Amino acid sequence: MNIPFREDSKFCSFFPRSKSFLAIFVAILLSTCSLTWAQDSTAAAGAAAAAPAGGGDAAKGETLFKNNCAQCHAASDERVVGPGLKGATTRNNIAWLTKWVHNSQAVIASGDPYAVKIYNEYSKAQMTSFPNLSEDDIKGIFAYIDNAASAPAPAAAAAGGAPAAGAAQSSGPSDLFMIVLVALVVVMLLVLGVLVVIVTILSKAVAGDEGAAKGDFMTRFGASLKRIAGDPAIRSATLWIFVLLVIKATLDGAYSVGVQQGYAPKQPITFSHKLHAGEYKIDCNYCHTGVNRGKSAHIPSANICMNCHGVIKKESPEIQKIYTSIENNTPIEWVRVHNLPDLAYFNHSQHVNVAGLECENCHGDIAKMEVVQQRSSLTMGWCIDCHRKTDVNTKDNKYYDKLVQLHASDSKEALKVADIGGLECSKCHY
Amino acid sequence: MENTNKRYWRGLEELRNDEKFIKNAGSEFSEAPTENQYESLVDGAGTHRRDFLKVLGFGMAAVSLAACETPVKRAIPYVNKPEGEFPTIANWYASTYSEGGDYASILVKTREGRPVKIEGNSLAKDACGVSARVHASLLGLYDNEKLKGPKKGDDTKVAWDTIDKDITSQLSQIAAKGGAIRIVSSTILSPSTKSVIADFTTKYPTTRHIVYDANSSYAIVKGNELSFGKAVLPSYDFSKAKVIVAVDADFLGSWISPDTYSRQYAETRMVSSAKDGKKDMSRHYQFEAVLSLTGSNADYRSAVKPSQLGLVVSSLYNKVAAKLGGKAIATPAFDAPHLDKAAADLIAAKGNALVVSGINDPSVQVVVNALNNLLGSYASTINLDVPVYFRQGNDIAMNEFVEEVKGGKVDAVIFYAANPVYDHPRGAEIATALPKVALSVSFNDRADETGSLVKFIAPAPHYLESWNDAEPKAGFYSLGQPTISLIFNTRQAQSSLLKWAGQPSDFHEYVKAYWRKNIFTQGGNFEQFWVKSLHDGVYASAATAAPAGAAFTGNVDEAASALAKKYKASSTGIELAIFENIGIGNGSAANNPWLQEFPEPVTKACWDNHANISQKTAKDLGLEQGDVVKVDFKGKSIDVPVIVQPGLANGTVAVAIGYGREKAGKSANGVGKNAYPLAAFAGGFLSFAPGEATVTKTGETREIAQTQTHNTVMGRKSVLQETVLSHFQKDPLAGRFIPKIETSEGKVDATDLSLWNGHQYKNHSWGLVIDLNTCFGCGSCVISCQAENNIPVVGRQEVINAREMHWLRIDRYYSSDAEVGDYTAMEIASENPEVTFQPMMCQHCNNAPCETVCPVLATTHSSEGLNQMAYNRCVGTRYCANNCPYKVRRFNWFKYFDNDNFDYHFNNDLGKMVINPEVTVRSRGVIEKCSMCVHLIQEAKLTAKKERRRVVDGDVSVACGSSCPTNAITFGDMNDPESKISKLLAVEREGRAFHMLEEINVRPQVSYLTKIRNKDAAPKAEAHKEHA
Repeated sequence: MNIPFREDSKFCSFFPRSKSFLAIFVAILLSTCSLTWAQDSTAAAGAAAAAPAGGGDAAKGETLFKNNCAQCHAASDERVVGPGLKGATTRNNIAWLTKWVHNSQAVIASGDPYAVKIYNEYSKAQMTSFPNLSEDDIKGIFAYIDNAASAPAPAAAAAGGAPAAGAAQSSGPSDLFMIVLVALVVVMLLVLGVLVVIVTILSKAVAGDEGAAKGDFMTRFGASLKRIAGDPAIRSATLWIFVLLVIKATLDGAYSVGVQQGYAPKQPITFSHKLHAGEYKIDCNYCHTGVNRGKSAHIPSANICMNCHGVIKKESPEIQKIYTSIENNTPIEWVRVHNLPDLAYFNHSQHVNVAGLECENCHGDIAKMEVVQQRSSLTMGWCIDCHRKTDVNTKDNKYYDKLVQLHASDSKEALKVADIGGLECSKCHY
Repeated sequence: MENTNKRYWRGLEELRNDEKFIKNAGSEFSEAPTENQYESLVDGAGTHRRDFLKVLGFGMAAVSLAACETPVKRAIPYVNKPEGEFPTIANWYASTYSEGGDYASILVKTREGRPVKIEGNSLAKDACGVSARVHASLLGLYDNEKLKGPKKGDDTKVAWDTIDKDITSQLSQIAAKGGAIRIVSSTILSPSTKSVIADFTTKYPTTRHIVYDANSSYAIVKGNELSFGKAVLPSYDFSKAKVIVAVDADFLGSWISPDTYSRQYAETRMVSSAKDGKKDMSRHYQFEAVLSLTGSNADYRSAVKPSQLGLVVSSLYNKVAAKLGGKAIATPAFDAPHLDKAAADLIAAKGNALVVSGINDPSVQVVVNALNNLLGSYASTINLDVPVYFRQGNDIAMNEFVEEVKGGKVDAVIFYAANPVYDHPRGAEIATALPKVALSVSFNDRADETGSLVKFIAPAPHYLESWNDAEPKAGFYSLGQPTISLIFNTRQAQSSLLKWAGQPSDFHEYVKAYWRKNIFTQGGNFEQFWVKSLHDGVYASAATAAPAGAAFTGNVDEAASALAKKYKASSTGIELAIFENIGIGNGSAANNPWLQEFPEPVTKACWDNHANISQKTAKDLGLEQGDVVKVDFKGKSIDVPVIVQPGLANGTVAVAIGYGREKAGKSANGVGKNAYPLAAFAGGFLSFAPGEATVTKTGETREIAQTQTHNTVMGRKSVLQETVLSHFQKDPLAGRFIPKIETSEGKVDATDLSLWNGHQYKNHSWGLVIDLNTCFGCGSCVISCQAENNIPVVGRQEVINAREMHWLRIDRYYSSDAEVGDYTAMEIASENPEVTFQPMMCQHCNNAPCETVCPVLATTHSSEGLNQMAYNRCVGTRYCANNCPYKVRRFNWFKYFDNDNFDYHFNNDLGKMVINPEVTVRSRGVIEKCSMCVHLIQEAKLTAKKERRRVVDGDVSVACGSSCPTNAITFGDMNDPESKISKLLAVEREGRAFHMLEEINVRPQVSYLTKIRNKDAAPKAEAHKEHA
């Protein structure tokens, strides 16, 4: 029983082993509750998305906001790099905001008192100009912000809840199952222990002080053990069980060679995804610039860090490491977490850009990870499994039109990745 | 998993850092075996059975150790990511290949700042052909044996400043006392570089620039000067020629600018089975001694001894002049097969005819010019007003230099892209005189034959690290830009010259200024013009003037009498013919394993040069293939093995230049023998046909590394299908062999019977069509494929063991005179055989025999028509290779990439930079084969998906198809009705298209188009008589 428990501890390191079983039960209870809550909120978010938004172009605004603004601004009143945008429309009118977004320096130069004030307040950090955003775009963005400000909870859930629920659906039940199982086994062992104690006490009480009787009990016990050990059927059964267990353990071991699920190495800089992707909700794409373009998602170069950290938290010793790296022109040597073997070809843009998958699908709930950990096994079985189950994202993609048509003519099932050659060797090995 | 700083060791030796372990850490074999010493099939290390358990036990332990902890891998981003550079996404740059007058406008594919592939630049139109040598020049960039910095005497640690100071002060002293300074170079195409040399000459006025070419065309320049008063190489337009006569001019292989010519020539050879398709071809006569690539593709070819080739020209002139009213010249009576026919065809095609000759003799060239003049070629196929600059060498000036240097009259000599000690026939004389020259400098990238004798080497970087420009043709410019930062501490030759001339040494700025001043004449924004020219790679200053004719003022009689003195109608001795072969060329890039292992298209031999001798001569001399002979010309001799070469003129021994390097590097040193010293000078002109030589058997034998041993197709019509033009004009199916199978219901087509269910291709169906009529066998595709797919070089011994790894080979077949059915006789090629080239790669069969026999399902069929190979699944049973009817599967016998026994650049870190990161590097013990560049297909599909559209024709190209200078290989999606391949097949399916070995009904995705010769349809027996 030791092995599954250790495995388990890897998944939920927040359960200290020494804590009482009661704590585990409470935890199970809590996580079940949180799961239900997450699912509920997904439903709520779905409803919110379905309901027409007030501005009409708020939906478009949301995309624009996430792609252009979210790196420095929160939709709430929280201060990120720049001020929180909640209530911006009440502080200034749209015309002013448009001017500001198009060219903030011009507004400051014009001597506008609010502009100068906010410029000084944020230690004279220049805001990037967005001359390409039309007035409608900007209206849309603020419509989205206003919507978000009026209904903060569902919006937050929409941003973080859905993928979390997805992740929970894929890995949650098995975690829970393991916890319950372990708990049950432990309880059983406890009960067994208690029973043995009771039996011993009772037999002692029944036998009174007769040493012979005690000897009798031990002798009887020994004799029965001998009888069991002498039984050829039991002996061979034990042997077979042992052999089979050894074979199973060997096979399991062989299959897990090179599988690094759960690998969470210490990085040269204690960068927290929980903070950046979780709390500040910086889009993954902002730093991992390759996800939509190519094979590699790209580990951000130090100059990307400097976009924000040129202003924020400059004194932190961890941030100072980036400064040192730039000054010495020596790159930061991150430890690679996801090591796909060379013989397998994987392309981020195929999955993120074309298939429209969320990063969390494979990387787990990055937004909650202080230290990034390899969540998926990255084995071929894992890839194939997903290719068998996943529908092809054929929406608005003319590449697939003919395939969809042909598939519809001879099957009623949805078009899966496996149906278009997603299981073929040369899709990943060449 | 928490401790990531753990050490991992593969054995106790490593843990203890044993000396022996450290020494052997890099090698796969414990001891370096010599040739033939590979004991075991697998790794040659001689593993014994008893070691098996030990190895197994250790392996188990290692595996369990490995399973516990993960080796730490680093992910290292840029500090400051350059704009436009995205890791894993390739960038393409236009640049220029110009080495010793060989020119190509190229596109360079770079990944993470390192060039990984070269392709032709289609914006360069005619000049976009990229030969095997250009493809292979990529590997030259990563040659680890180059000098890592400047060298003074034996000191390689010297700084640039030191040698600059030394050289400048010596140059000033020499110039002050009026001493002679000489710059010796091969052809320089770059106008900016010439301007640099002019600046240098201004500073040091006693400087003279001497240009020579290892394989000279100076006589053509001289001939044009004598004939028209224009000392130029004209531009030829083969595409306009209906009849081509080439006398010893290998214009598809090694003569002046073969890539351009083959492209033009291919235009005249293309035919179509469509009702209104093109059904005429040019007719091509070749008179030559050596069976060249061009001769192999000729419709009529005559083998003529070198001493008689001049008479071919004069006799042809007289025959044509008799009909077209020219003045007859006095010439010895001479006849060669097809001479009358050639004359008649030339006369008939007047105005669309072209006669070219590669004989480096001005008297021959004057007669050729007179002949072309009679035929009106100067108004159509030859343009004297648009000269080309591919060969600027002056043999006479170079000879004068040799005399000067011998006489101690030269005080300073600078060698720029030149290695005369090796590649000049008088190299030995230069070598003895060179140490006496007060100041000698070389810009070569290594201490080669010449470089090792000079006082200073100021190594210049590879062309892919350099700025450059070129003017290959008048008014046509080309720019070269660096695609990687300097690998070693090198400096461009131009910068060095500028520095020594006391000028700013930034050659980039210099080129830019030169272009601004001399090429940018149209006004406007220069920066825009510059950026566009850099992007395009080429710039044509004006529309090319059409050939306007020229007034012939040469003295034909004088030329004829000189010719009659030199060439004899009868010759009895064995004559020496020296030729340039296609892969190695003139030998300047010989330290390139890709080129060394590139099979010469006609002999199919590699890793050596040979004494090529005809079948009859071999018999007369009692020689057999592999006998080492001493070829002796006037006391200078080389020992080379014999190749019995059908089609070679009887009484001729032919040896290739470019081999026998001594100081080029590990891959080239000692490979073959240097044939340059055997060449001679006739009237100051370099002659590769110096005269009679003696051939004597040494008694030794040397095995020949040949990639093809069967010379003829043995009458198998299902392999090669060909016909003559007149038959094809009547019936597009002419020459087709359609196999029939006998059934109970009578004969049916082989393809009507199948045990298989076949495949359904819903999405794409990738295929290739190869036109045998425009494939000339140049082999550009072979090297392109090698570069694209990380194909290892195996070395001479392994080629002999028939373990070469090329995924794409070109089969060369000779015709045989033997009766059909006499298989022993059929294996012997004719005396002067017809030759056919057939590129052969995985045919991607739909009913693939390999797929059914694989016990581990490592080779399977894709839903897009590809036969896929999963290396990681392969256990190396080789059943598939046995069952493959086309023999295109290759087995990895060794771990070529990390094995010092295969020291061909791939075993060091620098050499490994050439590896294409998109393609797996295969390890030993697996089968590999053509994947139809599936990685490029996948890439193009992904791009299309990202753009939310279908893949359109032209998005994907395969390495062989994109490199073909004649577009003989068409690749595309056969499911897309708009694709070029679909349209081609729609026309040719009922015409020339055939599958190889159709009777076995494996239904390949690769089709071939029949070869068509523009010959008179004559019964075979008659054709024979003519040959005899």
